[in-house]
Amino acid sequence: MKIVALVKSVPDTESKIKINADSSGIDPQGIKFVMNPYDEYAVEEGIRIRERLKDDTTVIAISLGPDRVVDVLRTALAMGADDAIHVNDPAFEGGDPLANARVLAEVIRPLGAGLILGGRQGIDDDASQTIPAIAELLGIPQALIVTELTIDGGNVTARRRIEGGDEVIECTLPAAVTCEKGLNEPRYASLPGIMKAKKKEIRKVTLADLPLEANQVGAAGSRSKMVRYHALPERPPVKMIAGDAAQQAKELARLLREEAKVI
Amino acid sequence: MANGILVFGEIRGGGLKSVTREIVTAAAELSAAGGGPVAIALIGDGIDAAVTEACALPVEKVYVVRDTQLAAYSTQGYTAALKAIIAQSGANTVLFAATAMGKDLSARAAAACDAALFTDCTEIALNNGALHIKRPVYSGKVIVEMEATAPLQFASIRPNVNAPAAGAGSAAVVEVAAAVDAGAIQGRVKEVTATSGGKKDLTEAEVIVSGGRSLKSGDNFKILQDLADVLGASVGASRAAVDAGYVPHSMQVGQTGKVVNPKLYIAVGISGAIQHLVGMRTSKVIVAINKDENAPIFQKADYGVVGDLFEIVPHLTEECKQLLAHS
Ligand SMILES: Cc1cc2nc3c(=O)[nH]c(=O)nc-3n(C[C@H](O)[C@H](O)[C@H](O)COP(=O)(O)OP(=O)(O)OC[C@H]3O[C@@H](n4cnc5c(N)ncnc54)[C@H](O)[C@@H]3O)c2cc1C
Ligand SMILES: Nc1ncnc2c1ncn2[C@@H]1O[C@H](COP(=O)(O)O)[C@@H](O)[C@H]1O
Repeated sequence: MKIVALVKSVPDTESKIKINADSSGIDPQGIKFVMNPYDEYAVEEGIRIRERLKDDTTVIAISLGPDRVVDVLRTALAMGADDAIHVNDPAFEGGDPLANARVLAEVIRPLGAGLILGGRQGIDDDASQTIPAIAELLGIPQALIVTELTIDGGNVTARRRIEGGDEVIECTLPAAVTCEKGLNEPRYASLPGIMKAKKKEIRKVTLADLPLEANQVGAAGSRSKMVRYHALPERPPVKMIAGDAAQQAKELARLLREEAKVI
Repeated sequence: MANGILVFGEIRGGGLKSVTREIVTAAAELSAAGGGPVAIALIGDGIDAAVTEACALPVEKVYVVRDTQLAAYSTQGYTAALKAIIAQSGANTVLFAATAMGKDLSARAAAACDAALFTDCTEIALNNGALHIKRPVYSGKVIVEMEATAPLQFASIRPNVNAPAAGAGSAAVVEVAAAVDAGAIQGRVKEVTATSGGKKDLTEAEVIVSGGRSLKSGDNFKILQDLADVLGASVGASRAAVDAGYVPHSMQVGQTGKVVNPKLYIAVGISGAIQHLVGMRTSKVIVAINKDENAPIFQKADYGVVGDLFEIVPHLTEECKQLLAHS
């Protein structure tokens, strides 16, 4: 079986996000880009399934984006992915999740992947859209926000998080799954893994390789447009409450009720 | 151009989820801005109770697809049913709650309908008929304003953004025949298990009391639970408390936990690391209780109390109990 792990390059969680001069995006200056944390679970899960199956299963990491995404592909290879594909073309720029899904679906289609793994969301656009859109375009079932995954022949059982509980989904392969914290503990890349990943050839895919027109991808193929970015509204300065514990508690309760009117 | 707003009515345990009422409020605002009539879409089998509830809401019509194939949720089956409802209703705007089900279905259906989709919106409006929204991105560190450019436009809206609509209507039921092909459903929900013991999930809670590593044990979370019980709140936690094994990951708030949006968030013994803040900083009112006056959480709080949580929280529980008893 071929397992695809979709990996995205995103600002690391510690990054301070500043808006650029014309409010059209974020200022990439000083930001460290890393593999989307949820995609680490996806790569790890793919490798574990390969290790469990002990057959000819391979894990292929795929990333769509500018040259910097090669770093996250190398990370995936260093963790243990077998192959990597870098999907890049000026025409792909500015795509919304659906436009990106259209591209990724056509990259994946000829691979005949049995399982597509990704993250529950990109911690940049927080969209949670790309994987289910790919699943729809490929006509395969989906299980999102998964914390337990069992594959038994052609059948998948996936436990996923919902409000106040869990839901168990049963579906058939091929399937698309998004990974949530708790699914596994992603391994660190080993030194030999890193050395091997450095030498590994990463396949490039451009628009010309895909059965898509320029107006179906990138900004032109998007169904929405960005208007502007905004900083978070400033909160008024904190009101500190003095006194001993009993006084503080009494005053806090009073303020929450009379001033903030939230209890 | 087609006109009208459809609200996907989420059914859990036979009844309409209360968050659907919030989305009806958002739909009514769009309707007042020229978005056309509001209708609710209901999908399932044996859903009479939910249909009755939906008809009492201030909407014009309730479109219903009933099919034994749809007794359990399936992304593909529900997508087919929703497509049929969209076609019959002529709606061009479809709103969902940004819940597990709402996000699962909206992402799939948007791809199936080639529609614009905005996830997790905190503000929505219409600009010449086009959905114009704001949503937090970069894990809530900034807000992006966006507009739809497609004839069909979808959005999911965070819980607690809108007040729930009250039931005063008498909407007409329109039964929609959707030929749902059983063979085309390759996956479905087999089992649902509750882990919250009937308490509201953090993502939907109006009041949250969260504890950190400083609680020192799972047992000590009882003092937070006591306060939560008085306030009708749900209990959350920092990652440090989850990693220490005090409470399960389903209670974690933050970047790798849940993003919450309550009226009131009380952070007890939580330092205020950026990965925690991004999960709770859209809360309307934030209270920080921490023994370190320099804890970063105070910079994001509206009310701050410096002191020992083991002393302050029990007093606070007592004070709140008294205040609420006299109201
Ligand atoms: C990739 C990544 C993802 C992460 N995701 C999350 C996430 O989703 N959620 C999350 O919360 N964190 C997350 N973190 C971890 C985060 O960086 C912090 O480590 C964590 O939030 C700290 O938890 P804490 O505030 O409970 O503990 P600490 O930082 O140890 O703070 C404890 C606080 O309690 C106070 N205190 C101690 N005793 C008392 C007392 N008796 N009374 C009052 N106050 C007291 C101390 O002054 C201190 O401020 C993530 C980190 C990374 C790298
Ligand atoms: N540009 C991309 N390249 C590869 N994978 C992606 C890309 N964008 C999104 N994904 C995958 O889709 C998941 C959800 O992303 P999003 O829909 O942006 O929230 C990510 O965790 C990745 O697994």
